[in-house]
Amino acid sequence: MTALRNVAAIVGKEWRHYFGSPIAWVGLFVWTLLFGIFYYFAFTFFLEQSMRVAQQGMEMGGGGMKLSINEYLIRPLFHNMAVVALFIAPMLTMRLFAEEKRQGTIELLATSPVTDLQVVMGKFLAAAGLYALMILSGLVNVALIWTYSSNPPEWKPVLTGALGLFLLGSSFLAMGTFVSTLTKNQIVAGILSFSLFLGMWTLGWADDPMGGPVSKVVAYLGVTTHLEDLVKGVVDLKDVVFYLSVVTFGLFLAHQSVESQRWRA
Amino acid sequence: MIEVESLTKRYGRATAVDGVSFRVERGEILGFLGPNGAGKTTTMRILTCYLPPTEGTARVAGYDVFAQPMEVKRRVGYLPETPPLYPDMSVRDYLEFCARIKGVPGKERRGRVADAIEKCRVGDVRDKLIAKLSKGYRQRVGLAQAILHNPDVLILDEPTAGLDPKQIIETRELIRSLAGSHTVILSTHILPEVSMTCGRVVIINKGRVVAEDTPDNLTRRLKGAGTIRVEARGEAASVLEAVKAVPGVLAAHPRGGHDGAVIVDVEAEAGRDVRAELAWAVVTKGHGLLGLQQMGMSLEEIFLHLTTTDAAEQAPAA
Repeated sequence: MTALRNVAAIVGKEWRHYFGSPIAWVGLFVWTLLFGIFYYFAFTFFLEQSMRVAQQGMEMGGGGMKLSINEYLIRPLFHNMAVVALFIAPMLTMRLFAEEKRQGTIELLATSPVTDLQVVMGKFLAAAGLYALMILSGLVNVALIWTYSSNPPEWKPVLTGALGLFLLGSSFLAMGTFVSTLTKNQIVAGILSFSLFLGMWTLGWADDPMGGPVSKVVAYLGVTTHLEDLVKGVVDLKDVVFYLSVVTFGLFLAHQSVESQRWRA
Repeated sequence: MIEVESLTKRYGRATAVDGVSFRVERGEILGFLGPNGAGKTTTMRILTCYLPPTEGTARVAGYDVFAQPMEVKRRVGYLPETPPLYPDMSVRDYLEFCARIKGVPGKERRGRVADAIEKCRVGDVRDKLIAKLSKGYRQRVGLAQAILHNPDVLILDEPTAGLDPKQIIETRELIRSLAGSHTVILSTHILPEVSMTCGRVVIINKGRVVAEDTPDNLTRRLKGAGTIRVEARGEAASVLEAVKAVPGVLAAHPRGGHDGAVIVDVEAEAGRDVRAELAWAVVTKGHGLLGLQQMGMSLEEIFLHLTTTDAAEQAPAA
């Protein structure tokens, strides 16, 4: 109970920082704007393709086949937003610990009856919560399809895609929380985090059908590898477990780092 | 309430605190005095469980800082050297947050925050952002944070640093009013602060305790009988003789002189002011009296005496 209360107190404080500063607003604005733009492009592309296919169908004489809106709209949209998450995640995590260290407020947290783990969890959950809010506000665009389309997409892949996007971003946020414990300077934390996230991302490129077992393993560790199925609407336990493992690992490192710095200080 | 035993803290090869031991009884105000880098902050950080000690033990309110840090943290209010404030929060929000993480139950939170705001006189800025506050207000908000959960022990690292004289007096009064119900350790290098607020002083230098006593005793002990420096024009032997003849004078030591002047340090009986008689004795012997100075050691001098290193920067004007 106390543990939950402490974590909630930290989450509340972080949200106050996010929304009391431009971070949350800029993040939400940029996210929804890009979501809208990508949505628009994916949508127009889908319409063009549909028209073309329909026309071909007419020429052939039969009724045209219908293109899957999930395939042409939702999937590319989520893949694009994953790239945006790569850029936005460092913004959300870079100041989490760096700022406390610079301001000396880490001393307040460390001498209050809260454990280091509660602080780490609170900060991560605050970032993850804001990120979830971003995803939800982006999904409003997608919800419009149900209102206006006579041929709505399947809703399950939309949900699993959003889940995938959330898990992918959470992996970044957990690792970013860790990186933020390493320095007093939030810009340094931001740059290091982004480099790390980029590394996690590019591991996925090692996936080569002709490659040997090494490339398979490396690709398995890439964060994007596990997004594919979720965006298609397939919830594979191993993908979820992968993301949760990365999150746990990041938080573990963050906790170790916070604790050991006090020993070495 | 606080028992510190041969506490040692090393940072790599450097030893910041070296075998420090002292005790603080319930309701006492202990002054922690020493030059910068003497180990005051490190000792306080160990007592607040911010840093683990390398060797030795410290118990606060009966709990070991190393073995039962949560119990200690619940019972300690701590104001670090720079108040740990979030500039983007209002005073009230900040204190609400502190109350939460300090485990103040929800029902009491509002009352405690209001109480701390009132005690530390930050009511007129309670809705302002901390970033907009002056140094004096920030310090007081920091103090409010420390007393918020009504801790048994208050550990204040230079609570009056950076305040103007009026704020210093107010802060001292506040600290004094907290004694009794709280046990207080405060560190400072402003000496009058110690004699004005603290019941007992621990002087620390280079990580070691060099003296521990009440401010009065320390002053008395080092003052000895009280020395008066006499500077007169004339022959040394004659001046010495004149001075020694004054009733109440225990001894007189010639300290040399220059330009025909002699300097004599006179030890007088404690509590007896012989300056008038000395002046009379010197003048009636036909010597020109050039100066008469009470040499009794103030707390400043004791401090300098005990911690001679880096003295110049450590002795602010009293």
